[in-house]
Amino acid sequence: MTGAEALMRSLEHQGVKTIFGYPGGSIMPVFDALYDHKKSLNHILVRHEQGAAHAAEGYARVSGEVGVCLVTSGPGATNTVTGIADAMIDSTPIVVIAGQVGTAFLGSDAFQEVDLVGITQPISKWSYQIRRAEDVAWAVARAFYIARSGRPGPVVLDFARNAQVETTEYEPLAVDFIRSYVPVPDTDPRSVEEAAALINAARRPLVLVGQGVELGNAHQELLDLIEKADMPCGCTLLGLSALPSEHRLNKGMLGMHGNLGPNVKTNECDVLVAVGMRFDDRVTSNLATYARQAKVIHLDIDPAEINKNVKVDVAVLGDCKQTLRMLAGKVAPAVRKEWVDSFAEYERTENEQVIEKEIHPQDGPLRMGEVARAVSEATGHQAILVTDVGQNQMMSARYFKFSRHRSIVTSGGLGTMGFGLPAAIGATFGRPDRTVCVFLGDGGLQMSIHELGTIMEQRSPVKIILLNNNFLGNVRQWQAMFFRHRYSFTPMMNPDYVKIASAYRIPGESVSRREDLPEAIRRMLATDGPYLLEVGVIEEGNVLPMTPPGGSVNEMLLDC
Amino acid sequence: MEKTLYTLIVYSENIAGLLNQITAVFTRRQINIESLNVSASSIQGVHKYTITTWTDKDTIEKVVKQIEKKIEVMQAHYFTDDEIFHHEVALYKLSTPEFQQNPHASKVIRRHNGRIVEVNPVYCIVEKAGMSEEITSLYEELQAAGCMLQFVRSGRIAITKSCVERVNEYLAERETRYSQCKGQPQA
Repeated sequence: MTGAEALMRSLEHQGVKTIFGYPGGSIMPVFDALYDHKKSLNHILVRHEQGAAHAAEGYARVSGEVGVCLVTSGPGATNTVTGIADAMIDSTPIVVIAGQVGTAFLGSDAFQEVDLVGITQPISKWSYQIRRAEDVAWAVARAFYIARSGRPGPVVLDFARNAQVETTEYEPLAVDFIRSYVPVPDTDPRSVEEAAALINAARRPLVLVGQGVELGNAHQELLDLIEKADMPCGCTLLGLSALPSEHRLNKGMLGMHGNLGPNVKTNECDVLVAVGMRFDDRVTSNLATYARQAKVIHLDIDPAEINKNVKVDVAVLGDCKQTLRMLAGKVAPAVRKEWVDSFAEYERTENEQVIEKEIHPQDGPLRMGEVARAVSEATGHQAILVTDVGQNQMMSARYFKFSRHRSIVTSGGLGTMGFGLPAAIGATFGRPDRTVCVFLGDGGLQMSIHELGTIMEQRSPVKIILLNNNFLGNVRQWQAMFFRHRYSFTPMMNPDYVKIASAYRIPGESVSRREDLPEAIRRMLATDGPYLLEVGVIEEGNVLPMTPPGGSVNEMLLDC
Repeated sequence: MEKTLYTLIVYSENIAGLLNQITAVFTRRQINIESLNVSASSIQGVHKYTITTWTDKDTIEKVVKQIEKKIEVMQAHYFTDDEIFHHEVALYKLSTPEFQQNPHASKVIRRHNGRIVEVNPVYCIVEKAGMSEEITSLYEELQAAGCMLQFVRSGRIAITKSCVERVNEYLAERETRYSQCKGQPQA
């Protein structure tokens, strides 16, 4: 069979069911082979290759499976670069298969030739060029193994055109070992002992929950540990749904726009237990003043994360499903009522000074926070939240509530505007049984607005909540706070989004009055299929609280 | 922070593009590579990189971890000069007429244990293997003697003072582990 056919068989062998892609010259033999596999490999035609990469990310994040995208060489391939970088920094398993010119033309500046392997090596977990048809089965098996094992990440397969058309024997192949690659490092039992001893001696331990708990499927193990030792938790943006929002030990979100309690308490705790998180600068703010008083325990699968940003006292390497279980077995049952209750004071302050004003305003224009909370409540806190980047992201992350795993899809590390819409499309394919709500701003929607075409064609049931403030809101907020209100290119003239949606045969409506919101949300959720709910929100709203740049986690601004 | 000359020894699979991946770890942090030597190791199919760079301990630790994270890299370690034996080779091209006129020059070569590997009426070539400073010192003396035409030196090669090759142990352990868990379902 041809290399292209071998690719189809290999994808089927890996259990792939959905592919996000876009055809083009150098990948045509593969698309031709795909024509005969349409039943088993559901190909979703996106409207731009960046959308294919983000859709694959959204698919992977909600399903736990590897997301796949298929694009052509040259511009098709470079258009996926943002998605690859995004998947790398957020540990999302995707496999990007791109066409490439024939090996005889490599290096000749042939039509639509780019050095994709060279471009993507620094931003992918693995990048490989398939030059011979007989390497297809091996390369695909290796790609999926690398993408999904250990700390997950993006893998790029650069598929030379001659290898697509040449013929080869095909044998299904599985890879579960690469001698130079250790996906899960060994856990030193002494490190678990030391961590348990620190926790047992602690009076004020604080747990930081990261996406690693979701990726490691270690939700129960986390609960066992924190409940046994009675330890309050803060969640990172990507770890928000790793622990139910309403759990009594979940004290909220960490970071620049997170909740007051877990941020302030980071600088008061005596032991900090970080699980599957990487001490990103949006979480730590000023490292020089971050948790200096605390002994730090770091559970992670990636040895390169240890001591990268925060020097730790005990590093527990390994898969957190195992290490959390081991740790839960060693810690002594404890009741730390006074410490756990001490967060209440900060919750009250934040509630009075920030939250109430945001979610229950008495007058004035609609606010982002009340929209997010109202949508969350209308779904019984069961929905998947997808966000774009900016104020819409912070507000929906703050006010959405989570009761199920793998329920937040957002571009955390890279902060990719334009991520939301295609990622939401991917999420509807990853979990067709769940409601998918995407919050975006007028800026981010327009960066991927062409994907409305994909939604139209697929009838993907994406609930699009457009928080329209006629501004690039997050940048505007910073300009107001740190650049003397000089609104340099942040006001935006907007089109009629409901009309645009309507042209794509997506029903929708626009609301700007508080009393119209609940019914509009009800109509959106009651609609079978996609829906655009445009909400005209306050133009110059601010996300609060906020740790200003260079500030310390315990010095959040409640007003600005 | 205080800068030290570190020598990194990296073992990897022998595949195209890996050098790029390793140097990219330096590029991203704008760390200058002082010298770089890549060659086949004693183990078939395994390549050895010897890289020297001036940096601080905190940075070198992170760089090594990032290099080791590359899928095809087996091991990466860093050393200070007292933990390794290291060597370079250099070639010095001298003008034969100048060389003959300067009686001091041949003494310099003998004193430095240089080896004359080529002589013709126009130039002669001297070869010298040794530590970095020895090579530099011969260069400076020949330069002072006024007969230097060209000079080239290799990157550093280094061998650890430990008795075993760590990468051998690593590979043996990886293979054993794999055969032990083979047949069992993967966790």
